[in-house]
Parts: sequence; structure tokens; C-alpha cells
Amino acid sequence: MDLLVNPTESSLLRFTTAGSVDDGKSTLIGRLLYDSKSIFEDQLLAVEESSKRRGDAHVNLALLTDGLRAEREQGITIDVAYRYFATPKRKFIIADTPGHIQYTRNMVTGASTADLAIILIDARLGVIEQTMRHTYLASLLRIGHIVLAVNKMDLVNFDQAVYDKIVADYMKFASGLENLPNVTPIPMSALNGDNVVEKSDATPWYTGPSLLQHLETVQVHTETAADAARFPVQWVIRPISDRNDAKLGNLHDYRGFAGRMASGTFRVGDDVLVYPSEMKTKITGIHTFEGPQPEAIPQLSYSITVADEIDTSRGGMIVKSNEPVQTAQEFDAMICWFADKKTLKPRGRFHLRHTTNDVRAVVTEVHYKVNISTLEKSAESKEFALNDIGCIRVRCATPIFFDAYSQNRTTGSFVLVDEQTNNTVAAGMIMKSLGNPDDFEDAGSAI
Amino acid sequence: MSAITHLQFLESEAIYILRETAAQFEKPALLFSGGKDSIVMAWLARKAFYPSRLPFKLLHVDTGHNFPEAMTYRDWFVQEIGADLVVGSVQKSIDDGRVQEEKGHNASRNKLQTVTLLDTIEEHQFDACLGGGRRDEEKARAKERFFSHRNEFGQWDPKNQRPELWNIFNGRKHFGEHFRVFPLSNWTEMDIWQYIRQENIPLPSLYFSHKRQIIERHGQLLAVGLNDERGNPIIPLLDEEKPRVKEMVIRFRTVGDASCTGAVESTASTIDDIVAEVAAARQTERGTRADDKRSETAMEDRKKEGYF
Ligand SMILES: Nc1nc2c(ncn2[C@@H]2O[C@H](COP(=O)(O)OP(=O)(O)O)[C@@H](O)[C@H]2O)c(=O)[nH]1
Ligand SMILES: [Mg+2]
Repeated sequence: MDLLVNPTESSLLRFTTAGSVDDGKSTLIGRLLYDSKSIFEDQLLAVEESSKRRGDAHVNLALLTDGLRAEREQGITIDVAYRYFATPKRKFIIADTPGHIQYTRNMVTGASTADLAIILIDARLGVIEQTMRHTYLASLLRIGHIVLAVNKMDLVNFDQAVYDKIVADYMKFASGLENLPNVTPIPMSALNGDNVVEKSDATPWYTGPSLLQHLETVQVHTETAADAARFPVQWVIRPISDRNDAKLGNLHDYRGFAGRMASGTFRVGDDVLVYPSEMKTKITGIHTFEGPQPEAIPQLSYSITVADEIDTSRGGMIVKSNEPVQTAQEFDAMICWFADKKTLKPRGRFHLRHTTNDVRAVVTEVHYKVNISTLEKSAESKEFALNDIGCIRVRCATPIFFDAYSQNRTTGSFVLVDEQTNNTVAAGMIMKSLGNPDDFEDAGSAI
Repeated sequence: MSAITHLQFLESEAIYILRETAAQFEKPALLFSGGKDSIVMAWLARKAFYPSRLPFKLLHVDTGHNFPEAMTYRDWFVQEIGADLVVGSVQKSIDDGRVQEEKGHNASRNKLQTVTLLDTIEEHQFDACLGGGRRDEEKARAKERFFSHRNEFGQWDPKNQRPELWNIFNGRKHFGEHFRVFPLSNWTEMDIWQYIRQENIPLPSLYFSHKRQIIERHGQLLAVGLNDERGNPIIPLLDEEKPRVKEMVIRFRTVGDASCTGAVESTASTIDDIVAEVAAARQTERGTRADDKRSETAMEDRKKEGYF
């Protein structure tokens, strides 16, 4: 394989892997890294040596990712490990997360930045409780694409009937979910490499792509450019200088709002609303170090200037004037609780971090918790322990500017920070606002 | 709309992290070693705050074991991007009795840097230090956060790291604690080189092929003939090693403390040559560093103490 990524064409895909212990996750990742020549000799040598010292029967590729002393000593993955590999078409970032239920928080963390999830199934065992749990988490975090990797097909004689039944079982379960991602099932053997990089002769009945072909070509970001334009302000650039800049002219009055385009696009001349004041103005400049740009596109960073002197700073947001964002002090959200030494109870107080904002917040109600193995909702217990997922109501000291998480992963997400320890104790996804007559799903058409 | 390239994504992500650092901390500093990663990081910082000057200083922890080319480059670069430089000196830490020089012909000042770094952080009251560490470099780094918390002793607790979700980075801290921030976390060595090529970033000559007097020690190619500021050889030779010194055509894949930075035999004399060489390389760049070879978890152990 040619190793050189073409830097002018290659895009980025971020994915996460899920599956229960022994489904073949490490073997699959090892194979992708190995076949794309992303494992180096000294890494392989070091892994061989430690495998030998530990008395492992074969070279344990998990040692490549399990880097912390505690992980190596206990032979388990504790934390999210990020791995990198590239083909000429694309660069990949893998979030390798431990699959066990006690590591739900790590899965949620890995999933929060993933465009795609690979969910492994052992073909001998079929769809099990873990498969459903991982699929639920992927859909909760709004990962748009799932690859259902039906692995160890060599152990069921590459039997199409076995595969078809697993896929049918899975689709039956998955179609009951609220936001079903695109599902691409692939029969494979991670150990032998069938349908991992190359299409396999052992599955002539399978007409789809190999895993790598799929990863190289799947379209994941097409939606964000069409979404409502959202530009959270990180920092205000004020050179405070009378210098003449070659690209921008005299800098005396320069005042640029620095940030990253979360979604949608801006063009110079667009009518915009600037939060928190909700004042109307026009975009006069979209700047990068390279000079003035005609438009701002999703995921890229800019400094934006506007026509009027408008008071906004970190925590503010710029949007198009015909696409206002929700503003509210109180809202309902799904959360995953991350702390192991503390629980979440009604009346709990936190710092809430949302886009570039940081406000005081209190949990006013616990609506329900979800049993993530059965997907049943229960209001019996009002207390969240480590890894618990459920729906709460939050009230902030001042209004925040947001969209529903289902509409926008950046402006719909937040974390809760413990007031004493400063630790990040919960991940939150905003469902709907209160104290606002319109459900935000209708927000766009309400104006 | 076509998707952005992976280099555009990485650049924008790093700029986002740099701006978050400026916004969330009172007095950040950017750790500048003169190596390619810190050069790329400083380059990105200039972009992040343009047309302003950098809202923080560059901090160089000087081990006194320098390649002269790296020092010349450092002073030129700092001027070029219009930044201010603070230097923390390991030699001064030794003279002040804060640390003891390691003994023996294999001695290195790598570990001593940690004390100098922490002392300099304390002296200047820096509350966040931007580092050029990448997760693909080393297995302990693979678990490091973008915003990595340090307690009041400057230590890292790998088992008690804050989860990082979406684009939300939590820099809240108690008095006396600080953060290390790694804007290049998601970059690989190849990304760094492709970006240097795309941006035409000038580099210290050490990265390109040249002739040099070399001694091979424990499989490492070390540069001979360099002295510290007192005129003592940085790599003292054993008598039996002296006949083995030879001129070789080499370059450096990383540039750090001269006592433990190994060279590779190479004729790569342009960025294009280097990109091709990195693509074909079968060793990680860390494979050339003696400091990581001391034990399996050498990096994790140093990081816990407060290392970069
Ligand atoms: N026969 C067969 N064995 C496999 C396959 N994939 C993985 N294995 C084996 O299953 C065991 C568990 O794999 P591992 O990758 O460690 O699973 P993980 O716990 O999900 O990371 C190992 O002994 C692998 O060799 C496969 O496709 N076919
Ligand atoms: Mg594993």
C-alpha cells in the first residue's frame, strides 16, 4: 500500500470501536494499523518483549494502546486511547474505548467526537445485551453512522444464513431507537483479514465494501454546512496598535471576534444577530492569518468583524438573523454521570460549561434514569451514580444560547463541573428548553 | 461542499485550543524547545491571535546541552514571530543547588529539566504551559488530555484525569495548581511534516542531512564534539570509544537535549525528502531517544513528576 496521505485531498474521519471483551476489537484495530503500516518496528518489538515477559501466548496488540502502568499491570484498557492511521484517501482517528459496562463514561467520551462507530459482534454469539447498549449510546450521542462488524465469520464457516440472521435481529432492535444512525453491516474475520482491507473470496455472497473501503469513502460531514450558522465567540482580538497590517490596513480600530464555525456558513455582508444582546448587524470581514476570506465554513477558525460596535465577548454567539438560536435559563437534558465518589441529586449545584460559556447551574429535577441494558426508563431513584444515564432539568444563573443536541452537537452539549473539586462530573445533551413557548424543534419556523 | 482536508482540521483544532488557553488562564506560557513540534505550535499561535501579538510568552527550558544551530534558530524565530522569550536554565538550577548533576558517561540532564521547569513556572506564576506533545509519540502520551491538570507539586495523576467531550475543555483549578495544554495532541509525525511543507516553515538545519562526528552507543548515534557553556564536552567519550568515532551523513528526527538526542543516517536534504523518509520509516522518532529507553514506562514516570 502506498503510505503517503495526499495532503491536499485527504479528509479526516473520527471513529470509535465498541464490542464486548473478546469480540476482536484489539485484533481489528491492530490489523488496520498493521496493514496501513502505522505500527513501527520499535513499537512492535517493545510489544513482543512485554508480551513475552507477561507470558502471553501470542503478541498482544492490546499492549500498543494500553499504555498506562496500571493498564499494563492489570491487562485491561481503563481509559480512552486515541490511535492514528492514514491511507492515501483519508486520515483516521480511532477512539479505542473499553466495552465493559463499568466504562460507560469512557464510551460516551470517545463517542462525543466520533463521526462513526464500529460495533463488533461475535458471529457465534449474535446480538447480545452489550450490542444493544453500545448501539443505544451511539444513537444517544448522535453518531450518524454505524458499522455492524459481524466478526469471527471463519468460526461459522462464512455461512450467509448466520450473518443474515444477525443483521435481521440487529435491525429489528435498532429500528426501535429514536434516532437510528445509518447502519452498514459487514461480515468479517479480523484475525485473517477477511473483508477488513480487501474484499474476501470466502464471502462471495457479500456484495458490499470491505471495512476500509467503507471508512475511506463514507460521507459524514455533508450535513453541517447546510445547518444553521453558529459561531461561538472564544476571544476578542484587539491589537491596540496603530500599525498598518499588509492585509488588513490600519489596526487601530480592529476588533475581531475569534472562534470556530460550529456549523453552517457565513459570507461577508450577511445579516447577523450577536448574542447576548441580540443586536442586529452585518458581517464586514472574515479573517484568517492568510488574509480576508469570502466565507466561513464549518470546523474552521476565523476572526470575524461586524459593522456596528456591539458588546460581546467570550461566551457570546454570532448567528444569521433569520436563524436565531434558543435562549433560556432552564432546560431538560440527558446526562451521563461521570463521578465515582459523588452522586448527583436534585438541588445539586455546578458550574455548567457550554460552548465557550461558563455559568452557575442547579439541577432542579430528576425526571428519570435509563436502564441502558433494557432501555427502560425509571423514576424510582432520583440519584445518579457513576455511569448512570438519564434525564434531568437544569436551571442556569443566566440564560445560555443553544440548540437541541439533536440539531447541533456543538451548541447542544455541555458538561457539569463540580464546585469543590473542579472535576468534570457529567456530560449533558440538551433536549428542550422551558420557559419558552416554542419547542425548539420549531424554532427556525417560529420567526 | 467538499470536506475540509485533515490538515485544515488539525490546524483549526490547534488554533481553537490555543485560544481556549489564552481565554481560560491568567498567565499562560508556550514551551518552546526549538524542536519541530514547538515550532509548529508557535507558528499556529501566531495565526490564532493575528493581527494581535501573542498574548503569552515563549518559555525555553535550557539544559545547557545545546546544538548551536538550535540556539541560533531559536533567537531568529522568536524575533520573526514577534514574541517574548523567557529562559529557564538547568545550569543555574545546578549552581543554585536545586538539583544534582547525574554522574557517569551516560549522564543526562533530561530529568533535571523538570525542576527547572517547575521553578520557572513558580517564579513567573505561569498557570498554563502549552506543550508540543503528541499522542502518537509515546504510549503514556496517548492517554494525555488536551487540558492536562497538574497539582500544586506539578504532578500528573493519570488515573484521575478529567474526561474531555466535544469541544469543551475544563481549565478550572485551585490556587497553586496549573495546567499543561497540548494543542497538537491529534497530530502525527507525518502531519507535522506535511504541515511544515504546506506552510513553508523554516527549520533548524539539524533536521536536514549533514556530515557530523558520531559515536554509536547502545544502538544510538550521538553527536561528538559539542561542549556546554563551560567548555565541558556534552558527551564525554570513554577511552575505548575514541577509536570508534567516525564521520557519518546523518540528520535528527527530534531536536532536544544534545546528550540524549540520537541521529539517524540519512541523505534527506529537503522537506520532500524528509516526508518520503518518514513515510518509509520503520522506527518511531522516539526510538532515537535514550531518555525513553530507560524503562517501559519511563515517560509516564517522568510525566507524573511534572515533566513536559
Ligand atoms: N477465529 C477468529 N478469532 C478471532 C477473530 N478476531 C479475534 N479473534 C480472537 O479472539 C480473541 C479476542 O480478541 P481481542 O482482539 O483481544 O478482543 P477484544 O477483547 O475485543 O479486544 C483473540 O484470541 C483473537 O485472536 C476472528 O475474526 N476469528
Ligand atoms: Mg481489547
